[in-house]
Order: sequence, then structure tokens, then C-alpha cells
Amino acid sequence: MAAKVNASARIPSGRFTRAGRRRTPVDFLRDAVLWIIILLFFLPALWIILTSIRPNVEINTRPPVWIPSTLDFTSYKILFGMPLPEGAFDMGASIPVASYARNSTVIALVSTLIALTLGTLAGYVFARFRFKAKNGVFLSMMLLRAVPGVALSLPLFILFVRIGLSDKIIGMIIAYSAMNIPFTAWLMDGFFRAVPEELDDAALIDGCSRWTSFLRVDLPLALPGVAASGIFAFLTCWNEYALSTVITRTSASRTFPPALYEFTGSFVSDWRGMTALSVLMLIPAVIFVALVQRQLMEGLTSGAVKG
Amino acid sequence: MAAEPLAQQRGVTRGGRTFALKESVYLPIALLVPGFLVILLVVGFPMLYSLFLSFTDYTLINKSLHLIGLQNYITLFQDPVFGQAFGRTLLFMTLAVNLEFLLGLGIAQLMAKVIRGQGLLRTLMMIPMMFAPILVGFQFKWFFNDQVGLVNNILFSLTGHAHIIPWLVNVPLGFISILVAELWMGTPFMVIILEAGILSLPIEPFEAADVDGASGWQKFRHLTWPMLMPFIYTALAIRSLDLARVYDVVRIMTAGGPGNRTELIWTYVFRLAFSGHNFSLGSAMSYVTVLISFLFTWYLFTNVIKSRWEGR
Repeated sequence: MAAKVNASARIPSGRFTRAGRRRTPVDFLRDAVLWIIILLFFLPALWIILTSIRPNVEINTRPPVWIPSTLDFTSYKILFGMPLPEGAFDMGASIPVASYARNSTVIALVSTLIALTLGTLAGYVFARFRFKAKNGVFLSMMLLRAVPGVALSLPLFILFVRIGLSDKIIGMIIAYSAMNIPFTAWLMDGFFRAVPEELDDAALIDGCSRWTSFLRVDLPLALPGVAASGIFAFLTCWNEYALSTVITRTSASRTFPPALYEFTGSFVSDWRGMTALSVLMLIPAVIFVALVQRQLMEGLTSGAVKG
Repeated sequence: MAAEPLAQQRGVTRGGRTFALKESVYLPIALLVPGFLVILLVVGFPMLYSLFLSFTDYTLINKSLHLIGLQNYITLFQDPVFGQAFGRTLLFMTLAVNLEFLLGLGIAQLMAKVIRGQGLLRTLMMIPMMFAPILVGFQFKWFFNDQVGLVNNILFSLTGHAHIIPWLVNVPLGFISILVAELWMGTPFMVIILEAGILSLPIEPFEAADVDGASGWQKFRHLTWPMLMPFIYTALAIRSLDLARVYDVVRIMTAGGPGNRTELIWTYVFRLAFSGHNFSLGSAMSYVTVLISFLFTWYLFTNVIKSRWEGR
């Protein structure tokens, strides 16, 4: 933990490299190349944003209109429940955005919390305890994660119908928690391993129980790791489609990803409405990631991802 | 289990004194059980049910059940499309994982050297990770549209005359278009993990190499690469497992078509189980595929256990 690493070697001036050498034209050229690559990667996202705020006649034209001539927020207004203007083409009007937003938020947040709690406990067990069945338990957890949503969707739907969980928020929370526990456990195992075991032993010698030592010593030190796992779990839940489209049937539990499908018709698709909803979907994810981004890097650089 | 003691003893030596630490054997069980139960309910139980269905003639229309033994599995192995879809999935995985890795390693190397604007660069880089796979599918289906798609439009603006390239229809182009979408979505994850790896490397060996006059390539080959190996392994493992389950993007972009030209294993399962309503055959197929990915996962994670846990 205390080892001198590149990440902590912050050099205040922009005129020097990390190694402390004066920056040469080659360094500037290299940074320019990186910016170009990153902007190329950003281009598809930018196109989505631009499409959502341009007049409908500028979409799907040939030759293309690159820069919107005027800003047009009609699609957003419709998603927020304003009446459809006379003669406007927008499929967003029939979508209960408020219910979908509530469902997506509740399901993603609660199942992320559950997956983090149970996955962190499991990861701690994998990192600190020795018992015979450990490898088997770990392996079977990872194996069960290898089953994709599309293979699971129908049998799970049939099971959920039998036990009254289909089209219920609680059912989706249970399903998504299960999907994220194995990966969280794997990541947290690594993060707990990056915490020196001697600290634990010292706490135990001083009379802490295993549980208090976990709460007071290991957990605080592994918190950046919890944040990193949290990002991955949240994004998985927020963006999952295959299970949600089968298990959620109505606005009682339907989340955003299947809702995107509702903008496509048999002959026409409402691209502007779809991109507007996509931007709305991206905002919470961007905010969440921006908030925990530093912890993510801190967590990942602690060496926990090794092996 | 019955023969095991209630508590295990472990000796820890501190300052010449040995302390005997008592560990309850029930605590780890209590901590593991809740998570494991949830997974069993959501994944284990339905998978057992679909295993049972794969031995029947169950369809979504005709709900009567007859046990037909291994018939579905025999049909499956005689089906040329299944073999093709399976091979195409393997090819797709291999290409995507390797290209994402090379691209990711290059970007991560550049990113780790940046002094100013690193936070902004990293956030921009991570934006594709936040896109729902289904959205990526719609988006790239639209970009690769032959009439009004962004790609043909850019070609139009660059060359001055119209190109109507049917990206999603032609034989290698459809596969390549899906690959591009998957690369866009998956590379940022590689960048993040590998950049974290590069940033966590100790600085001293590089200073020593500089003193000895090592070239950039020598430093990469003999210092960065071997020390980065654990991170590389993790990034490759996670991405290949994700790619083995690739579905949403392909489902939206081509749905495996036209014909079966871009059929991957999970779009074919979907086609049989839902669109074709042959649910039991679809179950058999997903079972065969899941068993193969089990082998793959098992291989990956026994290696993880070996390298990370060293037997404890």
C-alpha cells in the first residue's frame, strides 16, 4: 500500500513529464494523437446528443446536416409530459417516462446496494478464510454468472410467474442482485487481499472479533474498491435489456432499456425521440460515474485487479 | 462437515509471542449463504428447469409436455446453422477481445503519460461504457444504414459522390459492422483496467532502466509487459466472458440476419426459442453453449484461484 507508485507522483507543472523530464515536441504530438482518438470515440455519443436537439427534418437527410440549424427540444418536452404539437411526429408521447424512470432508479440502486453488501461479505470470506469448500463455492459462483440473460429470461419468467414475482419491482431487484453478486465478490476478494492481513491479525490480538475487525479495519480500507464494484454493478443494472424485456410487462416494473424499443414502428422509427430518451438515460449514469471516478481509479490501482 | 470443530485455531507470532486466534467456522458460512442463495434462486433453479425442458417437446404455443429424451440434442447436432453460429461466435470473440486489447493497451499507455486534463479524458473515454448495449445496437444500426446512415454520409461528404454501401447486409460487412459496435462499447473497459495497471507499476525499475539507457521498447518489453500481466489477464478474462454472452447489440443490428449471415449463438437461441416458439430446442441449444462456456469459465477461474490464492 505504501509503495511509491506512478499514480501518486503528481507533478504540478504541465511543462514536465511524469518522469520529471522537460516535455519535448514528441510528448505534445503524443497527447494530440490521444485527444484525436478520444474525440473519435466520443463522436457517436455526440451524434446522439445532436440528433436529440435538432429539428426532425434534419434527421435522416442525404446529404447530411451536420450542425443543427436551430435547437429544438420538442422530444424532451414530450417525454416530460407536455402536449404533442399539432402534426408533430413523436412516439414518445405514449411512453410513461415517469414510471420507467422510477422503476429504473429504484431497481438499479437497490439491487446495486444488495449486490455490494452480499458480494462484499462473500469477497471478504474468499480473501480471509481458509476452508475446504472455498474453491468449489467460488467456482460455482463464477459458473452461474456465465449464464447470459437471454438463456435465463424465459425459465426465470416462468418461475417468477409461479411465485408471483413477475412484473414486480421486487422481482427485478432479486434478479439483478443475483447477476451482480459473483462479479462483486471477485473484485472485492482482490481489494481485501490488497489490505495487509497483519492489520487484521493485530485487531484480533487486541480483542476485536472477526466481525468488528471487518467493519473497522478492512472495510474502510477497501472502500475505493466498493466504489469501483458499485460502478460496474450499477451500469449493468441500469442498462440490462434481455431479462427486463421478458420479466417486466407493464409500467409497473418496466425499465428504460426495453422502452427504447417502443420508438421503433414497423415502417418508421422515431430517432429523435429515441435519442432524447437515451440522453435522459445517460445523465444519471454520467453523474454517478463522474462522482465515483476518482475512487474507481484509486481502487483499481491498489493492485486488487491482479490475477 | 459434522466432524469439523466449531472453531479453528491459528497461531500468529508478534514480537516473539505467539497468539492463538480462534476462528468460528460458522461465520464464513453465515456470510456466504445469503449471496449464494439469491444466485441459486435466480440462476440455478431456472437453469435446472430449462434442463428438464430440453428433454421435452415443449413449445410456447402447444403447452403439452412429452418427454422425448435426447431428440432435441440430436436435432441440434445435425443442424448446420448451429455449428456455423457457434464458429462465428468463437471468431467474433477472438477478434473482438484481441482488437479491444491492442487498442486498449495503446490508449492506456498514452493516457497514463498525460499530465493535464486526465480526468476529462478519462470521463470522455468511459462514456461508451455507460451506453446500454441495446442503445449501442440501435445507434450503430442507424449509423450503418445504407440510405441515411452516418457512415455512408461521411463517405459522401469526403468523396463528393453518394456511396450506398449495404453495411448490414453484405457478407463480411455485417460481421464487421457488429464488430465495430462491440469495439466501441468494449474498448473503454480495457483502457480503464490497463491504465490502472500501468499507473500502479512501481517507478524505481523504470528510473534504473533510464539510467542504464534502455530504449522505450526495451522498457515496455522487459518491465511494463511482465509487470502488467496480472492486469492483462483480468481484463481479458472479464471481456471474453462478456463477449461469450454477446446478444443485445447483434439482436438489434441484424438479429442474426439477413438469412443467417450474422447469426451468433445467442441470437440463434432466441430465434428458435421465442420467434420460432421451439422453446425446448432453444433450451437444449443454450444448455450445450452454457456447458461449453462453463468449461471456459472453469479454466479461467482455476487459473485465477491458482495465481491469486496460491492454494489457500
